[in-house]
Amino acid sequence: MTVSTLQNTLPEKISIKNLKFFYGDNLALKSINLPLYEKKVTAFIGPSGCGKSTLLRVLNRMYDLYPKQRAEGEVLFDGGNILAPGQDLNLLRARIGMVFQKPTPFPMSIYDNIAFGVRLYENLSRSEMDERVEAALTRGALWNEVKDKLSSSGLSLSGGQQQRLCIARSIAVRPEVVLFDEPCSALDPISTSKIEELIDELTADYTIAIVTHNMQQAARVSDYTAFMYLGELIEFDETSKIFTAPGDKRTQDYITGRFG
Amino acid sequence: MASLGNSAASTPQAQAIYRRRRRGNGILLTLSLAATVFGLIWLALILIGLLWQGFSGLSLVVFTETTPPPGATGGLINAIYGSIVMTVIGVAIGTPIGICAGTYMAEYGRHNQLTNVVRFINDILLAAPSIVIGLFVYEVVVAPMGHFSAMAGSLALAILVIPVVVRTTEDMLNLVPNTMREATAALGLPRSVMIQKVAYRAAMSGIVTGVLLAIARVMGETAPLLFTALNNQFWSTNLNAPMASLPVTIFQFALSPYPEWQKLAWTGALLITLTVLALNIVARAFLSPRTSK
Repeated sequence: MTVSTLQNTLPEKISIKNLKFFYGDNLALKSINLPLYEKKVTAFIGPSGCGKSTLLRVLNRMYDLYPKQRAEGEVLFDGGNILAPGQDLNLLRARIGMVFQKPTPFPMSIYDNIAFGVRLYENLSRSEMDERVEAALTRGALWNEVKDKLSSSGLSLSGGQQQRLCIARSIAVRPEVVLFDEPCSALDPISTSKIEELIDELTADYTIAIVTHNMQQAARVSDYTAFMYLGELIEFDETSKIFTAPGDKRTQDYITGRFG
Repeated sequence: MASLGNSAASTPQAQAIYRRRRRGNGILLTLSLAATVFGLIWLALILIGLLWQGFSGLSLVVFTETTPPPGATGGLINAIYGSIVMTVIGVAIGTPIGICAGTYMAEYGRHNQLTNVVRFINDILLAAPSIVIGLFVYEVVVAPMGHFSAMAGSLALAILVIPVVVRTTEDMLNLVPNTMREATAALGLPRSVMIQKVAYRAAMSGIVTGVLLAIARVMGETAPLLFTALNNQFWSTNLNAPMASLPVTIFQFALSPYPEWQKLAWTGALLITLTVLALNIVARAFLSPRTSK
């Protein structure tokens, strides 16, 4: 990895140290070292199969749902290693939320989609829950569109609205970090720009990591960018630096569209 | 564009091939239509015969009187009651076991060797002749107890219900996309909540359909009841005693030399067929509107 020119002392919300990841015997991530700065947006870019989604799915240990996938090394979240054997996965995932490529509303009402996750961790009264749902939907830039039909199915919304519902749902649980796995790749340009605006607003309170295939999107929404290639982290720097003066030839080739 | 007019498709050779294919298509279509009609004719004949013979014997007496002794008239109420009771108990025992096992296989043990073994055994059980199940229950329940009983009959039906429900539950849960599981896990919700609130909800219509089809299947079973619940000429609600059922009554009456019994056998067969038909239609209705959405 190109030595970064970063001289900042921003607090690291998540520090990835010597992370290796295996699908069976297949090494998918080769010793990744990467910080995620608190209340900043970090974008992971790179060609398909470079390991950016894999990396993201290590951060909330989503890979644990599947057999024969394992991670080695350390991922420090507020100083504690989330790869340690005793880590409670449900608590971890309540603190590190995730939004997926395809919108995944649950087969229930819009209101319940938001309240569902909250109910498990907090015992709120009806009015408190109403407030929480409204706050989450407002934060997810969806409140005005759905406030009159909270009891209709989450599946009745458009794709872009569904994705904002999913973002609101993650926020409602009050996580500290939100992971976005290509959140706009199934959406039209207008919905995409809404989601991007939303991500921008969320940085005020949350640490964000986003995987994207779209380089303009990375340039627009992120503060820092990590370029990955074939399971390696090639370069990590401020987004403006990566897109104007990349330190590595491969980064330059990728962002100028010469491959990938 | 002019060159397209002389494309390969317009040469005499190509047209010959095309004509041959059309002919082949026509022959195949005729053959498959004939086969379909041939199959349906028998079904239609059975149904017409059943309706003809069954309806002529259908009267209020069928639902108010018990099965008669030879030579007398009577109804089928004890057999109808027995069929309903044993089916309900059998399904009540078999459904929860089947759903739990199917849930384990699809949700907890999807990648386990145990699941593969269970699925294999379950498939064998699914295809096992029901008379074998009857003999098994006879061996482990009826013989030690020393007498036939409705409970033993229910147990035999439950054993028939289980593999059907296991299979449909597993299949339907496997259809729930993994993205749904990931989305629930991403909120920090434990797997048990995911299963109850998301997976079951998404797979509900399929599982209910499986249970309905299981009911339809066991309602018509004769062999497992012959060795377990036997039959009962009289009205009986005692689960610890032999109990009549429609299929066994039909079996017994249809083979008898008495015209009254034969008439009742037709009526009983009609009742079972109509119920099974109704269950299948309900199951179909249950499955279609929501999955097509």
